[in-house]
This record gives sequence, structure tokens and C-alpha cells, in this order.
Amino acid sequence: MSDFQPKIVAFCCYYCAYSAADLAGSMRLQYPPTVRMIEQPCSGRIDIRLILQAFEDGADGVYVAGCLEGDCHFLKGNYRAKLRVAQAKKILDDVGIGGDRVEMYNLSGSMGPRFAEIAHEMHERIKKLGPSPLNRKVEPSQLNCEAEPAAGQQ
Amino acid sequence: MIIAEQKPFEEIAKMTANFDKVLLLGCNECVTVCLAGGEKEVGVLAASLRMLRKQGDRPLITLEETVTRQCEWEYLDQIEKLAEEAECIISMACGVGVQFVAERFPDKWVIPALNTKSAGGSVKHGIWEERCGLCGECILYKTGGVCPVARCSKRILNGPCGGSQNGKCEVKDVDCIWDQIYKRMAALGRMDWLMEIEPEKDWSKARDGGPRKLIREDVMISE
Repeated sequence: MSDFQPKIVAFCCYYCAYSAADLAGSMRLQYPPTVRMIEQPCSGRIDIRLILQAFEDGADGVYVAGCLEGDCHFLKGNYRAKLRVAQAKKILDDVGIGGDRVEMYNLSGSMGPRFAEIAHEMHERIKKLGPSPLNRKVEPSQLNCEAEPAAGQQ
Repeated sequence: MIIAEQKPFEEIAKMTANFDKVLLLGCNECVTVCLAGGEKEVGVLAASLRMLRKQGDRPLITLEETVTRQCEWEYLDQIEKLAEEAECIISMACGVGVQFVAERFPDKWVIPALNTKSAGGSVKHGIWEERCGLCGECILYKTGGVCPVARCSKRILNGPCGGSQNGKCEVKDVDCIWDQIYKRMAALGRMDWLMEIEPEKDWSKARDGGPRKLIREDVMISE
């Protein structure tokens, strides 16, 4: 699996991570091209449905990058995002994709090097985990959805 | 409102394992407010089920719809075509909604996605508490607007009992509601009202008297 190049979606808050990415670029910092950034007006814009949609549409990993706690431009957006990411982790564990594939990060707009570090960190993590189960075939016996006898029979 | 919570995902997955095309039906009333069965929850559950099944040999097709109320025929009439398309309907409403859907679409298998908990309200973000015991004969005017039927663990009508300790209930970790009633009546200067002994309640008007039915001829429109 060494040639596996993950697809990682990064939902980045405009006020911090997106500016940090800009700074990382100005500083000529290198980070993996496997990270696809999506600008958000606030990390609080993130909804569980968005995270799940990213996985359904082929992402191997997703992370949400919001402002440092207490520094949200909209006061509590990053706290909301944190709770939603935690809930998404549980759902991904339930469906067998794995909660480790989604993460929440906090940084400020001046943390360009940290932005690159996070991108490396997530790239390495997803590379280690391998492709998302939705992007590879697994045995049905490994699934947690065996029918109960007679349940649901019309 | 009716308070409900989603069943464990594994349980819903098992109930739907024999179907290939399902309709997830949300309800825009109580269960939307208690974040259990609204449009958003329909989307999340649909995506979760699809992702689970996509990993096997039997992918799942999901149809998603959220109606104004599942407990009224006119709103269910609107999804007739959608219901026809699906092999089964996963109702994300309270037990009332599930039964209305099953009755409206008699040839469809209906699966409940929620566990209906109580009649109550949200006291703060993420916390819902029971407030009404649906006893059929309201006595709130005697207890300062605080209900012992729904909120006293023992449903005592002449409280508090001996298990009330420092304002807490002995049965479970909740406030003693008779302590609350006492304090409220004291604040309102109506302590003398509590001196009256409340006679035994007629529980036949509650669920104990069998299924209840309300008929109001004054609002009936002839066909």
C-alpha cells in the first residue's frame, strides 16, 4: 500500500486555518498535495452531514480546522465544530469506516508552520490507515449488519 | 412536546438488512426540536446506512423526505408516490407517527428509528426533561404549576415522602419535586393550600383506564 495516496478533505475556517494556509504558502512551506482545502466562513459551519458526504464522495480522511478555543470570530463556532466532529467519529465507528479518519484541529491565522504540520500529520495517519473501506472492497461477513431471523419480513 | 431519541445504529441496521430500497421519513414537529428525527437526522441516518451497506455486496438505495407532521393523514397523503417506490419506510417520528404511517400505508413494512421517551421540554441545550404524565385530569392548579404525577418518582399526591433528603429524591438522582412544590407554594404565599389532603386520584382517566379517545362533535365536519 506504499503507493497509496489518500484523499483528505480539510474544512478550513476563513479566519484561521485558511489564512494560516496562505501564510504557509508565503513561507514556502511544503505540505502534502493529498490535502484538499475547502474554505468555510467558520468551523461552526461544519455539519455532520458534510463530513459524511465527504466520505461518501470518496475521501479517505477529513479534518476540520478552526480557531483556537476562545478565539472564534463568531464566539462559539469552534466549540460546536468540536462536538460535531466527536459525533461524526462515533457514527464512522458505527458504520465501520473508523472514527480515526476524522479529526478536529485548532490553530490561529499566524500559525503557518502548524498548518503544514497538521497536513503532514493527517497525511501520515490516513496513509497508515489505508484507503477508506468505501474505496475498497471488504468481505460482507466483516460487516455489522447481519439480519435477525424473520425480522423485517413482510 | 414528545421527546424521543434515536435507537442504536446497529439495531436500525439489523432491522433494515433485508431491504434494498428504503424511505427515511422525518417529522418536522417534536422530534425535530429534540434533534432526533428531523430533516438533518434523516440525512445523517440515510448516509450512515448507505455507507454501511456500500461496504458489502448489497448497497442500499435511500429516499429521504420530512413531512410537517406524521400524525396527520393529510401530510402522509403527500408522500404516497414516494412510499410506493420504497420497499419499507423507516419512520423517524415518535410512536404515534410510526403507527399513522403503518396505517396509511398498509402494504408497507414500517420500521421505527426512534425510542419515544416522554412528554416534556428542553430545559437547556442537550437536556430534555419529562413534564407531563398524561394522567387525563390536570391537578397543576393545586400544586403551584409543578406536576407530582410526572415528576415525583412515586407519583405521590400528598408529598413529600420520607425519602426526600436535602431536596433530593431517594429513588433516583433528581430533585424532590414535592420539595419544589413546597418552596413554590411558600413563595406564592399559598402554604395553606398544601394543608388540604388530596383524595385518591381517578386513574381510569389515565392510561390505566385503557386506550383513550377524544371525540369532539362540535368540530366535526360532515362528509
